[in-house]
Amino acid sequence: MSETHSETVAYVRETMLPPEPPPLAESGAIKWLRENLFSGPLNIALTFVGLGIVWLILSTVGPWLSHSVWNAGSMAECRQIIAETWGQGASGACFALIKHRWNQFMFGFYPQVLYWRPVLAFGLLFLALAPVLFSESAKARRIVLGLSMVLTFVIAALLGAPVAALLGMAVLMLAWAALIETRPQWSLLASLVYPFIAVWLLWGGSLWSEAMVLAGFGLGFAVWRVLAARFGLLAFALAVVVAAAWWLLLSGPLASALAGVLPLRLRPVSSDQFGGFVLSITIGVAGIALSLPLGVILALARRSDLPVIKLLAVMFIEFIRGVPLITLLFVASLLLNYFLPPGTNFDIILRVIIMVTLFAAAYMAEVIRGGLAALPKGQYEAADALGLDYWKAQRLIILPQALKISIPGIVSTFIGMFKDTTLVVFVGLFDPLKAMADTIRASFEWKGAYWEPYIFVGAIFFILCFGMSRYSMYLERRLKRDHR
Amino acid sequence: MVTYTGADNPPFRLSMLIYDRRYRSLTLQAIVFILVMLAASWLIDNTLRNLSAMGKTLSFDFLFRRAGYDIPQQLIPYNSDDTHLRATVIGLLNTLLVSILGCIAATILGVIVGVLRLSSNWLIARLMTVYVEVFRNIPLLLWILVCLAIFTEVMPPPNAYRGENPAANMILFDMIAPTNRYTAIPSIGMTNPPGTISLGREGISWAFIAFAVVIAAAWTGWRVLRNWAQRVQDRTGKRPRTWWISLAMFVVPVLFLTWYFGLHLVPPVLRGFNFADGINLDNAFVVLWLALTLYTGAFIAEIVRAGILAVSRGQTEAAFALGLRPRRTMSLVVLPQALRVIVPPLISQYLNLTKNSSLAIAVGYMDLRGTLGGTTLNQTGREMEAMVLMMGIYLALSLIISAGMNIFNSRVKLKER
Repeated sequence: MSETHSETVAYVRETMLPPEPPPLAESGAIKWLRENLFSGPLNIALTFVGLGIVWLILSTVGPWLSHSVWNAGSMAECRQIIAETWGQGASGACFALIKHRWNQFMFGFYPQVLYWRPVLAFGLLFLALAPVLFSESAKARRIVLGLSMVLTFVIAALLGAPVAALLGMAVLMLAWAALIETRPQWSLLASLVYPFIAVWLLWGGSLWSEAMVLAGFGLGFAVWRVLAARFGLLAFALAVVVAAAWWLLLSGPLASALAGVLPLRLRPVSSDQFGGFVLSITIGVAGIALSLPLGVILALARRSDLPVIKLLAVMFIEFIRGVPLITLLFVASLLLNYFLPPGTNFDIILRVIIMVTLFAAAYMAEVIRGGLAALPKGQYEAADALGLDYWKAQRLIILPQALKISIPGIVSTFIGMFKDTTLVVFVGLFDPLKAMADTIRASFEWKGAYWEPYIFVGAIFFILCFGMSRYSMYLERRLKRDHR
Repeated sequence: MVTYTGADNPPFRLSMLIYDRRYRSLTLQAIVFILVMLAASWLIDNTLRNLSAMGKTLSFDFLFRRAGYDIPQQLIPYNSDDTHLRATVIGLLNTLLVSILGCIAATILGVIVGVLRLSSNWLIARLMTVYVEVFRNIPLLLWILVCLAIFTEVMPPPNAYRGENPAANMILFDMIAPTNRYTAIPSIGMTNPPGTISLGREGISWAFIAFAVVIAAAWTGWRVLRNWAQRVQDRTGKRPRTWWISLAMFVVPVLFLTWYFGLHLVPPVLRGFNFADGINLDNAFVVLWLALTLYTGAFIAEIVRAGILAVSRGQTEAAFALGLRPRRTMSLVVLPQALRVIVPPLISQYLNLTKNSSLAIAVGYMDLRGTLGGTTLNQTGREMEAMVLMMGIYLALSLIISAGMNIFNSRVKLKER
């Protein structure tokens, strides 16, 4: 049969046909359009609704944005330029005011000759974060470090930092970067010192007062390390007592004595001169740095077996989470003076930072408690079986895993807190959003500017917060140890 | 008789309070407790000394004095001769009003956006992603200010609606007129009003009571009907068709009452310089409500999306394999599982919205913070009492909402054995 068949076939192709391209409707843009935009009646309707929305937005905002003016001295000048270029009646954005008020947006009322100080403090932040954030990939770390160092230096130089300051800055940053690259363990210590340098740079005054506070911590830690082996818990109490005694009795006179010998002084800047993004970032970074450890402690306290401690933690967390941040800020501005000994009056930014920290810490505690609860019970039992005591078990086994689980929650708490820093306007601080927009609108030359400040500030907040959330996703992927 | 005096019961020594694990926790707690008490008494002592130095005493008497200020929006009657207490209640009601309406609108918006974000339509999914990311990553205060600017700058003044060829047109079938001072919406009128019961200065219309009773009765009837259907299904295996009876139970009496009282919408009409007949909603309220809705809606959308994604496809397929119809699959299999994931974070968003409503300060809406924590506080100078009372009320609100959440959680929790 098969033989006869092969004989009857007149023609057999001996070469492969070249592959045909797929039908037009099954490939490329058309296929994509059909599948993603026009796959059914509902989908087609949705597509048209979506196009309508896009058109609505573009047709209202588009011309206004495309007519923007970036160089002008006042609103009137802006309007004149728009009328000349696009004819009478055209409306356009006047982003010239951003350029005009740039310094105020960034620094508030910070003295202009000292702009380099917040810039340096912010640049050093990246050096301080390097061992924590970019430890894994040496390449990424070097890029971030190099970029932040160069940018800090250039911006500070452009903002008119004195030569001595530039030299000191360069030496400090290079030494620190070298430390990070050669002795990563030691650079962690430098990161711990960073907050004190930043406070000194931002508020000025004598370096010795910050140094004495730091020395108190160092002293307490030293006492604890020496005595911990013999006295355990008692050593901790002793360390606290020694540090407190140092701060209350010795640090003040010693600081002034040392300042007399070697006056490491910067021009002091008072808190009411802070403003703009310097203020937001100061409060935000301080709040983030302080609320994480406090949140961990609160979460552990809430899961503790000790009823008194648990009760206190529950009361604190539920109280803070139950009231709006605004009321806490009002407590900071109106009531805090009642709670302190008569005559004390401490800095408003510090008060706000304390309140924002307490607020974020309560939310953080709940997020971390979720992480602790999500950890399988076996991990706790394994830690006990190894004979680890409570703190060792938490430090080596429980917390690393629990914190990793709660990264998304932690970062979204950070983001929420950073957004909430705009609320400080209601206790009289100069935030970059409302206070700044009101000031601009109240000024003679920019009367009538409604949208531009909001767009600018909104864009910066979006970049920072969106960046944080993307970084948290990256961190989550990087730290993922299971299911490889 | 021999008494056992083993090593595990040594005589108590004072040093065991520190070295013995059994007692150490007690020591620790006692120390912490004493420290906290010391700190608290220090704070209270300071407060009392500060107050006496300023010649003030702690007293809530101011609540019963004449308030002397007006409140633009009030749900129950109020005038400036009323007490601060009544002003506080007005503020609380305003907080509740914007919170409840905000929660409802944000839920609707969030569910729609959350579902659409999972849509296979590329354009819609992207648009929704942009909405969610933009609103989540920018402070709420900015959205409030932007909405305020829209309402004060873009909206026309009331007299723009005047004349044959008005500069502005009312929207939604000539029912709503947004202006730069207020938003006029229709009110509900009755051609055949049944009278009111008076409760002091407020009155409750009999019509309202009639509707409440009818809806409650229909709800009870629906529960009874459902139970009966379940019993029939258990006995015979067939579920009787009940949807049209339950629908009728709700619709027919409501329609009858509407007809009986002659209920209708009264559109706002421009009289003189302002709109009359309808309800003129203060723009502060509209702005706050809109901004809270848009902002919280973005968060709820993410929660809904996560909840839907959390129910694995296998569940739907298994339900189909069992022969359940799509509607019952949704109501019996998918929704119970998705809701278990959705509801706890949803409630915490409701809590956030309620707390965020205190940003009314940015638009001058007279909520609890605006009355008790604002004008009352400034007029009486009683910072301590007003703040304590205000925080107490917010705390109570939050605790009530979270108590509700706990009850719901324990009811839907997976019964694990």
